[in-house]
Amino acid sequence: MGRYIIRRLLQSIPVLLGATLLIFAIVFALPGDPIAALAGEKRADPNIVAILREQYHLNDPLLLQYWHYISGVLFRFDFGVTFAQVPVSQIMAGKFQVTLNLAVTALLIEAFIGVGLGLWAALRRGKATDTMILASTLLLISVPTLVSGFILQFILGVKLKQWTGLDIFPIAGISNGLRSYLLPGFVLAGVSIAYLTRLTRTSLAETLRADFIRTATAKGLSRRRVVGRHALRNALIPLITFLGADLGNLMGGAVITERIFNLPGIGLQLFDSVYLREQPVVVGIVTILVLIYILANLVVDVMYAVLDPRIRYE
Amino acid sequence: MKRTSPDVLPAEGGHGDHPLLAVDNLHVEFRTRAGVVRAVNGVSYTVNPGETLAVLGESGSGKSVTAQAIMGILDMPPAVIPKGEIRFRGTDLLKLSEEARTQVRGQRIAMIFQDALSALNPVFTVGWQISEMFRVHRGMSKSDGMKKAVELMDRVRIPAARQRVNDYPHQFSGGMRQRIMIAMSIALDPEVLIADEPTTALDVTVQAQIMELLADLQRESQMGLILITHDLGVVADVADKIAVMYAGRIVENAPVHDIYRAPAHPYTKGLLESIPRVDLKGQDLYAIKGLPPNLLELPTGCAFHPRCPYRQDNCVTDSPPLYQISGWRGSACHYWREVLDGEQ
Repeated sequence: MGRYIIRRLLQSIPVLLGATLLIFAIVFALPGDPIAALAGEKRADPNIVAILREQYHLNDPLLLQYWHYISGVLFRFDFGVTFAQVPVSQIMAGKFQVTLNLAVTALLIEAFIGVGLGLWAALRRGKATDTMILASTLLLISVPTLVSGFILQFILGVKLKQWTGLDIFPIAGISNGLRSYLLPGFVLAGVSIAYLTRLTRTSLAETLRADFIRTATAKGLSRRRVVGRHALRNALIPLITFLGADLGNLMGGAVITERIFNLPGIGLQLFDSVYLREQPVVVGIVTILVLIYILANLVVDVMYAVLDPRIRYE
Repeated sequence: MKRTSPDVLPAEGGHGDHPLLAVDNLHVEFRTRAGVVRAVNGVSYTVNPGETLAVLGESGSGKSVTAQAIMGILDMPPAVIPKGEIRFRGTDLLKLSEEARTQVRGQRIAMIFQDALSALNPVFTVGWQISEMFRVHRGMSKSDGMKKAVELMDRVRIPAARQRVNDYPHQFSGGMRQRIMIAMSIALDPEVLIADEPTTALDVTVQAQIMELLADLQRESQMGLILITHDLGVVADVADKIAVMYAGRIVENAPVHDIYRAPAHPYTKGLLESIPRVDLKGQDLYAIKGLPPNLLELPTGCAFHPRCPYRQDNCVTDSPPLYQISGWRGSACHYWREVLDGEQ
């Protein structure tokens, strides 16, 4: 297993390089001159422009520029500086924390509600509860984050406070500690909750039809034990894969949610940086997102082997 | 429906005049959207301690459904048991509460299944799965349960049991897996063991070993064995008596040797004639003509009449009772005498 993990980490290097190069090239290809944009409406002094272009290696060809950048990241863990001379790592540090908080909150909400509802539906298959859960997941899938975000913000953030006087869900910002992430986390998790509910329901229902469940029943075990020990362990395996892969999606998909709830995370930063053509920031954020994605997938694969003994990596 | 009846089962050895297990006029239906599937239509058989009953029949004949009804592992609904009794040492299991039923299941009546790979849980070690019987039903500790599991694996002749107890089902061969299944089923010394096609998924050589193992275990423990199979070859050496099923009914029952010597039902006769024989090499194999009956729409009268070479007019209208020929021998054919005498 140890060798497998090392091999997987080594395999992630080319993925990382490829992804960063791609992003680098796309930002490079954007029309317009970032130095000229710095000066705004006025025409910049050609001498200053020339100095700045030299300083930021903007006259070099794409691959050389990329090398300047990536060698700094790889060998000095230096993500460069913005045109305003702020280190990129400093910009990212606090923002990643915000997005990570948001994504993990969403993942936890998703796991609890999604798996919970899915199990409940599977055990009540064909009954009213099951139908209701399925119908509500369909609703959840159909409503885009943009809509559900504003509605929940309005009802739970604004109206609830007006009606009851209780300030449970802050409307926006992160000034209320981890509580600030509850509502945005739920909004971000929304669609994933629906998918996970359906996946859990199918997975458990399928497992309950398996031969080994009949064996467990024939052993004289209680229904509780048959479902709780014998079925659940098997039904969980595909869910872990989904959850792990979803962490990456949640982090990348946080842009809209961060906008709605005004959370200063990387989603907002990425949006602004693309707008300001701050190449180092964009590439830096994407690099770390790719890294998180790779690590999450690695954790999923390792969990997979832990849960399912038939899978052995060597 | 709440059943109100004694939850107390007679202890082992009590009520000596009752057979160990008696299935009496059992009916099982599956109420599906397409209609009512009558899977079992009045099956009766008995098993006594140390006895082996082979239940023979093609797929859909109701042999497995009967077994699952005895175990109480049918999915109800869609399955319904509208009629019949399953008496275990004189007590009707169908009238017991679910809790009392769970006490019987696995501990006093156990079952092994056809495909041990899918019948064993893939994510737990075989030791865990065997020892679960002791942990759950006998309150044993994990380590004591594991010791018992090793003992049982030795008993079913799994080589290097001590080393292999922590392996997973997929790490064993088909024959070894079936042995683990058997070890698990005999863990608590059940009085009745139901083996549902235990060798169908195995190689011929392994089949013989498994049958031998079952026979040995039965001799040691004097349990009643119900052997469900569609393979006449498997049955001959180990069974004491045979019940042949067709379309959810027993069409013939007999001590094993009688049935091979002279079948008393056209269906049994057809089955025996379809066995490939070395001395008839090169000739076409005999096959019973026609198709197995549609359980949604059973033929009128005798269910076998559309395929029967002995058919007369009354077969189409009158369902034959199980005519008693002698002792434990019966045939559900109006013309059993002709079949028995070999006339056609």
